[in-house]
Amino acid sequence: MSRIGVFLCHCGENIAGTVDPGKVVEAANRIPGVVHSIDYKYMCSDPGQSLIREAIKEKGLTGVIVAACSPRMHEPTFRRVCAESGLNAFLCEMANVREHCSWVHEKSELTTAKAIDLVRIMVEKAKRNRPLFPIKVPVTKTALVLGGGIAGIQASLDIANAGHKVILVERDPSIGGHMAQLSETFPTLDCSQCILTPRMVEVAQHPNITLHTYSELESVDGFIGNFKVKIRKKARGIDEKLCTGCGVCAQKCPLKKIPSEFNAAMGMRTAIYTPFPQAVPNKPVIDKKRCTYYLKGKCKACEKACPAEAIRFDQPDEIIEVETGAIVCTTGFEVLSTEFFPEYGYGKYKDVINGLQFERLASASGPTLGAIRRPSDGKEPETVVFIACAGSRDPAKGIEYCSKICCMYTAKHAMLYKHKVHQGTPYVFYMDIRAGGKMYEEFVRRAIEEDGVKYIRGRVSRIYEQDGKLIVKGADTLLGAQPVEIEADLVVLATAMVANSGAEELAKKIHVSYDSYHFLAEAHPKLRPVETNTAGIFLAGACQAPRDIPETVAQASGAASKVAALFSADELSREPVIAVVHRTAPPIFSICEGCFMCEQACPFQAIEREEIKTRDGKLIKVVAKVNPGVCQGCGTCVALCRAKALDLQGFSNEQVYAEVMAV
Amino acid sequence: MAEFEPKIVAFVCNWCTYAGADLTGTSRIKYAHNVRMIRLPCTGRIDFMLLLKAFARGADGVIVSGCHPGDCHYTAGNYHARRRWILFRQLLDFLGFDTQRLHFAWVSAAEGAKWAETVNSVVEEVRRLGPFQNYQQLARAGIE
Amino acid sequence: MKLGYFPGCSLQGSAGEFDESLQAIAPALGLELIEIPDWSCCGASAAHNLNRLLALALPARTLALAERAGFREVLVPCSACYSRLILTRHELEQDEGLRRQVSEIIGMEYQGTVRVLNILEVMGQIFQDGLKGKITKPFEHPVACYYGCLLVRPPKVVQFDRPEDPRTMDELMKKIGAEPIDWAFKVECCGAGFSISRTDLVAKLSSKILADAQRRGAEAIIVACPMCHANLDMRQEKAEKWAGKKYSMPVLYLTQAIGLALGLPEKKLALHQHLVPVSFPVKAKPAAKAKAETASQPAGQSEE
Repeated sequence: MSRIGVFLCHCGENIAGTVDPGKVVEAANRIPGVVHSIDYKYMCSDPGQSLIREAIKEKGLTGVIVAACSPRMHEPTFRRVCAESGLNAFLCEMANVREHCSWVHEKSELTTAKAIDLVRIMVEKAKRNRPLFPIKVPVTKTALVLGGGIAGIQASLDIANAGHKVILVERDPSIGGHMAQLSETFPTLDCSQCILTPRMVEVAQHPNITLHTYSELESVDGFIGNFKVKIRKKARGIDEKLCTGCGVCAQKCPLKKIPSEFNAAMGMRTAIYTPFPQAVPNKPVIDKKRCTYYLKGKCKACEKACPAEAIRFDQPDEIIEVETGAIVCTTGFEVLSTEFFPEYGYGKYKDVINGLQFERLASASGPTLGAIRRPSDGKEPETVVFIACAGSRDPAKGIEYCSKICCMYTAKHAMLYKHKVHQGTPYVFYMDIRAGGKMYEEFVRRAIEEDGVKYIRGRVSRIYEQDGKLIVKGADTLLGAQPVEIEADLVVLATAMVANSGAEELAKKIHVSYDSYHFLAEAHPKLRPVETNTAGIFLAGACQAPRDIPETVAQASGAASKVAALFSADELSREPVIAVVHRTAPPIFSICEGCFMCEQACPFQAIEREEIKTRDGKLIKVVAKVNPGVCQGCGTCVALCRAKALDLQGFSNEQVYAEVMAV
Repeated sequence: MAEFEPKIVAFVCNWCTYAGADLTGTSRIKYAHNVRMIRLPCTGRIDFMLLLKAFARGADGVIVSGCHPGDCHYTAGNYHARRRWILFRQLLDFLGFDTQRLHFAWVSAAEGAKWAETVNSVVEEVRRLGPFQNYQQLARAGIE
Repeated sequence: MKLGYFPGCSLQGSAGEFDESLQAIAPALGLELIEIPDWSCCGASAAHNLNRLLALALPARTLALAERAGFREVLVPCSACYSRLILTRHELEQDEGLRRQVSEIIGMEYQGTVRVLNILEVMGQIFQDGLKGKITKPFEHPVACYYGCLLVRPPKVVQFDRPEDPRTMDELMKKIGAEPIDWAFKVECCGAGFSISRTDLVAKLSSKILADAQRRGAEAIIVACPMCHANLDMRQEKAEKWAGKKYSMPVLYLTQAIGLALGLPEKKLALHQHLVPVSFPVKAKPAAKAKAETASQPAGQSEE
């Protein structure tokens, strides 16, 4: 027989102002199964909590109803009070008589009646509550970090420095990402490589970090604390252990005109190559799509030249299986593809380049050693037009969002150009200048006021080549949409940041959602910015939305601290609100019919198939089984179970139907 | 005779509509007192028998409300609910059940005002339709 | 291919040669055009500035008639008509209330079952199916493909080609042997409706288009719009005066260029109706030139 206690909170005047506490307490006392009913001014205060503690002990309560504010507010508080008094926390329920009653209705009999109803509904539920115990899951204290850009580097170092193992997987031959390609960084103009490369080296040398470059994620199974991951280590075509990174192979490679990915096609590389001198690891790869040996079966110039005899043409891809407890996804972004700008002639005119290409031109380690020379004829451009929002904030191009970093790097580009070409004239076409950030606005003002960058507010409609010049046609909207024509030598498009082309596929592999732009989705845009809806998987950097370096680093450290917190315990504790499959004694075993509709419906792949066998191993039947580590407790499977074999702990059929019966 | 006060049962998900209704409260937006809410983790948890049970137990109207498409805390529970809902409503309609008494709404955690509007409009509509006594009597026939 | 046909007023008047050349090449391309019975004005250039319902009702009436006649697809060669028809189709598709209202106005149920096709779409489809053997006299000239504004805009509505740098016509021209030049004025404004009221503006705008085509070595401009044709051909003399230089740039409808490649006689393609003589520097055809010149005289005078 249930012994329920009802505790009505006045919440000062918040509840007592519109609901008559005396009547509620009196009515509650008359509900069958209620043995104790009391009201108090502030139930969440110390004396209030003591009332509950004492009653549990003195009256031997088997259930507690706190009629007060929303359970979203104080359910943890009161459940803890119960647990401290020896009553299972999940035998405590709250009736929401504040947000759902006293605050939304005027003082009246009907409002008091509603409060009584709400109490009665929860009493009927609580009578059917069962003690539940948090689910314990073991944790593998190794983190997988996907992507070796600045976000992945920062997250890896932070997790590794917290004393945990990290496996860092990078798709390209070297870590470093886009940040390694940048010249100087806003707003301080410090050299990107100078601040990044020490960290790259730290990653390579850290005892807790295992680095897999030129590798891709193959598959992810499992759940928080217990992921099973397969990584494809693509064949580099060299024996990494033997290779000393001397670079003779690249010198001897006869193919020297392959556009370099690292230099954004502003420079060339060979077929066997190290993407850039500071690459980590400093070991080359063979580009199998271009290497003469792979295409025609002969050459082997590199093999002949290699003093370490490290070339391995027949090396196969390798699949590495690892177990990790958490995954941090830091896969970054791409710049919008060229075909979106036919009106700007990108891809048609050599001297129309994107921002990343300008970075390579301006970089001291770039193909021009930092001299601004236009790609078509190598001349120093006298007039350069920078176009902000090339693609961004343009619904017609399918990109309605602001790419966030372009205002800043365009100002930086114009400034760098002016610093290197003193007599040159930089123009910037912009829509708005968005320079929110520490020292950002000041930076843009400096470009305009000190370096004399000419800012024109308006859009460019068309660019075409005429007599060796690029004619940039636009409008100056501050002069009443006055048409503007500028004869430029070089045009730089601040192309939009877009999600990686493989983002959708990756999201499906790791079971996280993505938005309409294919950026990976966080669990909550404000309060859970680095978590995903899949427990144990975290995000950082531009795979989630356009971000600049400071934000990316902050987020990466945030994700790393989440991982460290997760790894701080040997076992994970989770709310036991999960689905369970009915089991009973033989010969029935379970009323589950094995239709596995639940398997299809489960958003988390938490339904497994369990074979029930006789002692001699003969199969009796296959029934559903819920993996308690994966189940998130939505209950979708429960609602559509034909055999009614599934139930949801904490919101069981018995409980919910009892609530309805009490309405 | 006093005005008919319909009894409305609302099945809501914990993450969006329950939180949205909390926001109605913290915003002190007033609405009709006729509604009694049943909190569930997700609209995907709501099975059709619950809705019929509510009517049998004396509800004159039922509201089902959860997260907007794409916002589900559990990624896809509300899609299941929506699919089931569309079929079930059509079936009820076809079988001769007054579907005007059954309302579906997306109310997010940020839509406190929308929750109040939803409740008020359903209460008004059900008030217009009158008590659902005949159904309730039939449903209980032989039981009590 | 059997299509409903909406010629509109231009193709029966000032752009008669567009219609004539289209009708001339249709049999060779296996294209059967059946005029929509009792079609009415599309309302172009005026109606949508005055009365939204009128602007929707006029094209809706024609489309409803096409539905009644059992057409699933209608070819609308004139860009302005095409724009009005496809916009109407789009707007009435978006708004059920509006569709009912317009149906009431026109006294017929408009259902929205007819697809509206422009001339480039139709030719693109035919050319894709193959023209092997039909091109007897390849149109071997460098040409500037000029699309104008209405065929590709607004992109959401027409959903055809790339709005800023369309390619369909260039591909078509390649298939009949021409070399489309790479230029930046494909969709630049020609002055459009100002053809009558502000000829000074038209002269300036058209001149820029003509100048770029000439600079890049085009021997002809190919168009798909009666309004573009009027501004580039009829107003070419004025444009030349404004710029102070001669263009002498023949402006052909794409149907005429296709007709020439198919080996059809120039007269059948109504080349003589142009004001700028259709002649080419290398393979000039004296007979055609003479005809074109004599024909242009009276028209040229009436223009002033």
